[in-house]
Amino acid sequence: MHGGYGSMNILNGVNMTLYADEVGVIVGPNGAGKSTMLKAVFGLLNVNQGEILLNGQPIHNLPPNQLVERGMGFVPQEKNVFPSLTVKENLEMGAYLKPQNVKRMLEQVYDFFPPLVEKRHQPAGELSGGQRQMVAMGRALMAEPSLLLLDEPTAGLSPLYMNEIFDRVKKINAAGVGILMVEQNAKQALAIADKGFVLAAGQNRFTDTGAALLADPDVAKSFLGG
Amino acid sequence: MSHSTKNRNPAYTPKDATPERRFPLRELVLFGALLAAVLAVYAAMGAAYSTRMLVEAACYAILALGLTIQWGYAGQFNAGVMGFVALGGFCAMLFSVPVNDAFWGTELPGELGQVLLYGIAATLIVVGVTKLDRFGVPKKLRTVLAIVIGIVLYLIVISLLREVTSQIQSQAGFIGGFGLPAWVGWIVGGALAGGVGYFIGHVCLGLRSDYLAIATLGIAEIIKAFLKNSDWLTRGTATVSPLPWPTPGPAELGFTLSRAIYLSVTAVVIAVIFFLLHRAYHAPWGRMIRAIRDNEVSSAAMGKDINKRRLEIFVLGCILMGLGGGMLGTFNSLFDPQGYLPLNHTFLVLVMVILGGPGNNLGTIFGAVAVYIIWIMSEPLALFLMQLAVTLGENAFGWEAPSNMDSRALQARVLVIGMLITLVLRFAPKGLLPEKIKTHG
Amino acid sequence: MNELVFFINNVVIAGSVTGSIYAIGAIGVTLIFSIMRFAHFAHADIMTFGAFMVLLLTTAFPAVGASIGVPTALIMLPLAMLLTAALAVGIDKAFYKPLRAHGVKPIVMVIGSLGVTLMLQGLIRLFSGTGGQSLYVDDRKEIFRLALPFEGVRAPIVITEPQIYLFVITLVAVVALHLFLNRSRLGKAMRAMSDNPELAQASGINTNTIVAVTWVIAGALAAIAGTLLSLDVTFKPDLSFFLLLPIFAAAIVGGVGHPYGAIAGGFVVGFAETLAVFNWNVLLRPFRDSLPTWLELPSNLAFVGTEYKIVVPFFILVAILVWRPTGLFKGKVI
Repeated sequence: MHGGYGSMNILNGVNMTLYADEVGVIVGPNGAGKSTMLKAVFGLLNVNQGEILLNGQPIHNLPPNQLVERGMGFVPQEKNVFPSLTVKENLEMGAYLKPQNVKRMLEQVYDFFPPLVEKRHQPAGELSGGQRQMVAMGRALMAEPSLLLLDEPTAGLSPLYMNEIFDRVKKINAAGVGILMVEQNAKQALAIADKGFVLAAGQNRFTDTGAALLADPDVAKSFLGG
Repeated sequence: MSHSTKNRNPAYTPKDATPERRFPLRELVLFGALLAAVLAVYAAMGAAYSTRMLVEAACYAILALGLTIQWGYAGQFNAGVMGFVALGGFCAMLFSVPVNDAFWGTELPGELGQVLLYGIAATLIVVGVTKLDRFGVPKKLRTVLAIVIGIVLYLIVISLLREVTSQIQSQAGFIGGFGLPAWVGWIVGGALAGGVGYFIGHVCLGLRSDYLAIATLGIAEIIKAFLKNSDWLTRGTATVSPLPWPTPGPAELGFTLSRAIYLSVTAVVIAVIFFLLHRAYHAPWGRMIRAIRDNEVSSAAMGKDINKRRLEIFVLGCILMGLGGGMLGTFNSLFDPQGYLPLNHTFLVLVMVILGGPGNNLGTIFGAVAVYIIWIMSEPLALFLMQLAVTLGENAFGWEAPSNMDSRALQARVLVIGMLITLVLRFAPKGLLPEKIKTHG
Repeated sequence: MNELVFFINNVVIAGSVTGSIYAIGAIGVTLIFSIMRFAHFAHADIMTFGAFMVLLLTTAFPAVGASIGVPTALIMLPLAMLLTAALAVGIDKAFYKPLRAHGVKPIVMVIGSLGVTLMLQGLIRLFSGTGGQSLYVDDRKEIFRLALPFEGVRAPIVITEPQIYLFVITLVAVVALHLFLNRSRLGKAMRAMSDNPELAQASGINTNTIVAVTWVIAGALAAIAGTLLSLDVTFKPDLSFFLLLPIFAAAIVGGVGHPYGAIAGGFVVGFAETLAVFNWNVLLRPFRDSLPTWLELPSNLAFVGTEYKIVVPFFILVAILVWRPTGLFKGKVI
């Protein structure tokens, strides 16, 4: 997948490639354009120049619902659940385009996130932050994506939940879903990454495997806080 | 920040963002066309008719200025212009109409005053009861007490009032006026409209703008219902006429000259309002208002008291509407509560503002005069067109014309006003003379 | 006891009638608000339009109902619902959609809907004239008088045929709406979009479809409310004038964006209106002899005269905005 020029001059030339089944992690300082990058990939922002390919097909500037059909799922950082819908209804909305799969995928998602089973008839707005994040990821998984985009899935969570979320991400990836996520907790995230991208001022400065980036002293010094 | 200015998307830069003065070509052309239209009306309809039209247009311009500061300066949508206009008209009537001796010569004023005193006393009692919780009364008990006492006192006062007012109605007709000059009524009308505006604004301005629209729509209907049904105060559907003018009337000077003098009075009022608004718009106060309209969150973050500024603007707009309503009422020399139509007094003013350019005072005055001419001229035009269609239909196809052609022709105008609102919103949302937004970049 | 019957006739039945009508109207307003985020001022005129369609159809085929035994107007209602729904979708396409596409503020949409109001009013009056007309063109309005089996009760409980239809249809409409919103895929998607439009889009929900469905539902419900009101009294082109404020008050009382709240709000406003214009002196009459002699009750003990009825929804509106702007059921969007 190639990410091109983004809109509003926040992204000034980004180039990323992620193979299917890989976990890609985008890290970088505040204002580097990490979330913008993810939104551009998911068609929520205009891509002014360049192209984005999914499985070799150009997908830039396609509306989100077509991207969902093509196997992309997106979990925004904030407002990522439907608060007045129950957990189960939230998940059903994820499979809106594939209603025939609802039953099978519900079981699979409950498998990934067992805590959701007993909460399934509760409105999602009443859940805790970590549980909400699970609902949000579960909703995106319901469409059986081949690539899942996660925007800071651990933002604002307690360390306990953070670990659990990273655990789930690994598990989801093991089930054959490619992951591209933006993370603030760079060290933990890079530890599970097949590929890491360090973004700064709208450009990707370093691209390597997660482990290699963690070991790189330049990266560590400038972006991981020593 | 220079970086962001340089890279700004050109489409987002306002066209007339340059602070330098430019030649006002657009204004000249538009006002030239307006002048030509006015002259054409004079030529076609005669001086008396046309001067009347101009006076009415001038009164509407005051209303439109009131709405343009609410909508254009502050983004508040007042859907109840009619109510404030009616209040102004009512005050103009109340203050200028001669004293009614059949009322003041009896014991009725004393009784009415007594009931009003009772009303004040009842209000004080209820307010006092709501404060009982400070003396150790449980809050729930206090609320129940306040509601029960409030209901009982309300029923007592309202039935006393009903008694007195029906007596007034049967013995004196109505309470008559105060016999003061009309301009006193205009000022009080403006103040009263401002007071009602304060109440509404106080309730609604902290909420979404939709609520203000609903509430103003409601208060306008209530004011109208009150004026229409309080026969003891306004003679209701019987109407009050004539209302004395502050200037020499037509009986002394003839129609054209007396109307021309009245026109000059309205022109002076408009000029004063225009000047004051112009000053206020460019003063720090005006900048603050616009800052709040354009970016509420950052204005609040800078420590501006948003709701207070909004309330000031809203009340100011309502005062102008009351004033304009008073001047309009006096000019028509007739107070008819049923004549206050949401269509004429609310939507017509709305069209004037959005067509002329919300936030641009000159544009608003242009819009007021232009739309009023169209509105007045469309009546004979619509009738003529309908008549033409009927004649053609009768001759060619043997149609049978509906009997109530006149009222149906008027409905066609309603359709046109509605269409105009939606079309202007869609194709020229900034009006013909857009507000000049200056950037300080 | 006669007084109690009087109370039932004038408050319980009358309040339920107005309450049901306000409730159905308010559901439409609240649904539109929750999906498109603006107060749709033209809603009351869409109700009038629905009733007018029934009037036209009934005048065209006055004898249809007699063969089955129901009023013709009722048979024409589904057709009128379709037409009104089509009108609502058409209005959206022609006037609101371009404004939405421009990304205007919600208040501009409100003004746009006022323009639509005027156009609808003009159109309806152009074709119907300004007078009132009964929807019972060829049929007869049945009035049922239920005598109560108590001694000394002379006055019967009075209920008319259209009122019974009104209660039944309201119940059916509310249950159908409930099932639609909670059971159907489209209904859930509608609730999802009202909760979080961006996420709904990201889930692959086609927001244009949801907008259209909202207009269809709101339009159909508006036709029901307008027709039932016109059946109960008469059709008048200025019906909307008496409906606009109450249905908005009902929607806000119930919590904007909250369909069940709108139903509750409709009944709150409806009953408040009938209670406020009810002459309470009637209920006190039986106790007249036991009251102290110095207490002389005035003959009119109503809170407001019928001519000031419009004050009631406004008072409720102001009260709720002051004390609880989110409404009784905690509306979502303020």
